[in-house]
Amino acid sequence: MQVSSIHFKRSVTEKLNDEKLQNALSRLQTRFVEGRAAVIGEIADFEETRTAAAAIRDRVLKNLDQWLLHFEQQAIARGALVHWAESGADVNRIVTEIATLHNVRRVAKSKSMVTEECGLNEALEHAGVEVVETDLGEYILQLAHEAPSHIVAPVVHKNKEDIADLFAEKHQLPRKTGIPELCREAREILRPAFLAADMGISGANFLIAETGSALIVTNEGNGRLVTTLPRVHVAITGIEKVVPTLEDVTTLLRLLPRSATGQSITNYVSMLTGTKDAADHDGPEHFHIILVDNGRSSLLGGDMQSMLRCIRCGACMNHCPVYQNIGGHAYGWVYPGPMGSILTPTFVGLENAPDLPNASTLCGACGVVCPVKIPLPDLLRQLREKQMSLGLKSWQEKLALKLWGWMARRPAVYAMVIKITVRILHFAGGKERMLHHLPGASGWTAGRDMPAPQGKTFRELYRQRKLS
Amino acid sequence: MRVGLFVTCLVDAMRPRIGFASLRLLEAAGCQVVVPENQTCCGQPGYNSGDRETAKTLALKLLDEFETCDYVVAPSGSCAGMIRVHYPDLFRDDPTVLNRISLLAQRTYELADFLVNVVKFDAAPGHFAGTLTYHDSCSGLRELGIRDQPRALLATMPGVTVKEMAEATTCCGFGGAFAVKFGELSTRMADNKCRHIEAAGVDAIVAGDLGCLLNIEGRLRRRGNHTTQVLHIAEVLAGNEGDD
Repeated sequence: MQVSSIHFKRSVTEKLNDEKLQNALSRLQTRFVEGRAAVIGEIADFEETRTAAAAIRDRVLKNLDQWLLHFEQQAIARGALVHWAESGADVNRIVTEIATLHNVRRVAKSKSMVTEECGLNEALEHAGVEVVETDLGEYILQLAHEAPSHIVAPVVHKNKEDIADLFAEKHQLPRKTGIPELCREAREILRPAFLAADMGISGANFLIAETGSALIVTNEGNGRLVTTLPRVHVAITGIEKVVPTLEDVTTLLRLLPRSATGQSITNYVSMLTGTKDAADHDGPEHFHIILVDNGRSSLLGGDMQSMLRCIRCGACMNHCPVYQNIGGHAYGWVYPGPMGSILTPTFVGLENAPDLPNASTLCGACGVVCPVKIPLPDLLRQLREKQMSLGLKSWQEKLALKLWGWMARRPAVYAMVIKITVRILHFAGGKERMLHHLPGASGWTAGRDMPAPQGKTFRELYRQRKLS
Repeated sequence: MRVGLFVTCLVDAMRPRIGFASLRLLEAAGCQVVVPENQTCCGQPGYNSGDRETAKTLALKLLDEFETCDYVVAPSGSCAGMIRVHYPDLFRDDPTVLNRISLLAQRTYELADFLVNVVKFDAAPGHFAGTLTYHDSCSGLRELGIRDQPRALLATMPGVTVKEMAEATTCCGFGGAFAVKFGELSTRMADNKCRHIEAAGVDAIVAGDLGCLLNIEGRLRRRGNHTTQVLHIAEVLAGNEGDD
């Protein structure tokens, strides 16, 4: 996927003024924030469960290579084939080769963010393979030629009306208005795609080392069709998704749907292990699992390693006041919100996404809801430190920080400068005691006033008081 | 009990009466308050902008100035959070300083937290009469667990009625340099906050951090709201007399 994170600020302006988008985003609060709050109480020891989940993820990351090899061994033992992809291009090449090998003409695909990283659909279409996205949200986006704006609810930026218009135009059927009718229409269109598919492509929420299984959680049932109906199934996921045991997965599953969609459990939890046996009625004849690095291993052993704990629930973006106001597209790559503001610069280069680590008030909402306790605000701050040490900050900001630091170390100079500044601002505030413009801070005053300082500093008044 | 008042750079420059209100409250609670006169900034602007070295220098300066105090109290959740949570992180690789800084960090409190949990103060001398809503500033809430303390203090004041607003725990959009760097976004976040404040139909919006208050007041006034008072918790609790 093309990276356009460099245009973040411009996108923000656009998104803030997009009334339709703002309307759509207003649903986040009730759907996800209140939804999550309502179900986390079902777990008596929710905080301890988060701690346990973080520990499970850390245990894997500490010996990721070994867990992956263990997974590979178990998966192969049950009839799967395991491929290792270092880059997105590798993924595309491997999938295309698998398609060629099995003479695949049509692919039905369930939701996978990793394949968004690679631009897999374009690559397959280029190779003459027809791809149909079967997750309802992804299907809508495929019709609209748009990218997902949320990792769990990819189409959250669209309204029902937009979708009704889109379906009417693309399906050439009478325009439906109700959600059930729209869903039924999509089902009717998609059903033949499932049945005709030679190959199903899915992601995997977890890879279970103990059993060599790929696990997916879905709500629509399309994931199950994609992974069992076609004769070939390809599961594509990041190397960090491996988890040692089934027991471990049950802990993570207590948190994932609750954190993601406010559900105690998703409608479907599918555990995909090996190929179809002689005794099985369904299942794929060929099961390929592609383990994707695409930058992930570079985080191992570094100060960003905890980011690899991520189980892609989306809670950080749902609770992020920045995401809530601009949606996901402004972030300019596959992953939006706080986790995206860390992954994007890490994967595609800080110089290509310089605003993202700074586009946060460090309010901490993401960190406290993260089910695997990733210290997201700390990671954002570390990226800012990296920007500073790599010289990627603007000279104005560097100068301001240096000047502030220099002054703050010299109390006499500091006291004098502040005294004069607040005196000027106090008078500039006039009778109203309000500043409408501030040189060098138009970012503030374009939409806000600045209450004028009281006039004298605390320091001055305190000294006067002590002398009197 | 010797309490060092860390005034904070914003209060020093913008609204010293908050500093004096804090001073009066601490004295009313029976503390011996000292105000080290060379204090400036806790280093948070540098720390949050990626300038770790400046933050460390200022942390050491603050350590020297306040180390002899039994407690350090600041009328700000974000400055108290900086000292309490982030100072130890700054020196995680420097065992000689880490020990001293951790001891200071453990003795550092946000004002309302200190009044409720350390000195068990419940005789706020302020005389605010009316309805107010409390905005939970981010660092105070999520780094220091400050939510019930200010509300408990306000509940002891006979004239005060607290009405909760929607999304009280959502960031107001201040975020230090964020407010200028991402002005439009920050303004939108402040505007959302203002809508909730106005919907609560209160006489005053109260918070524990001046940064949030400047942001909220700035947006309220620009929206044309000139009636809702914007007050620091210390001002409400201590009253305002004599410091203007």
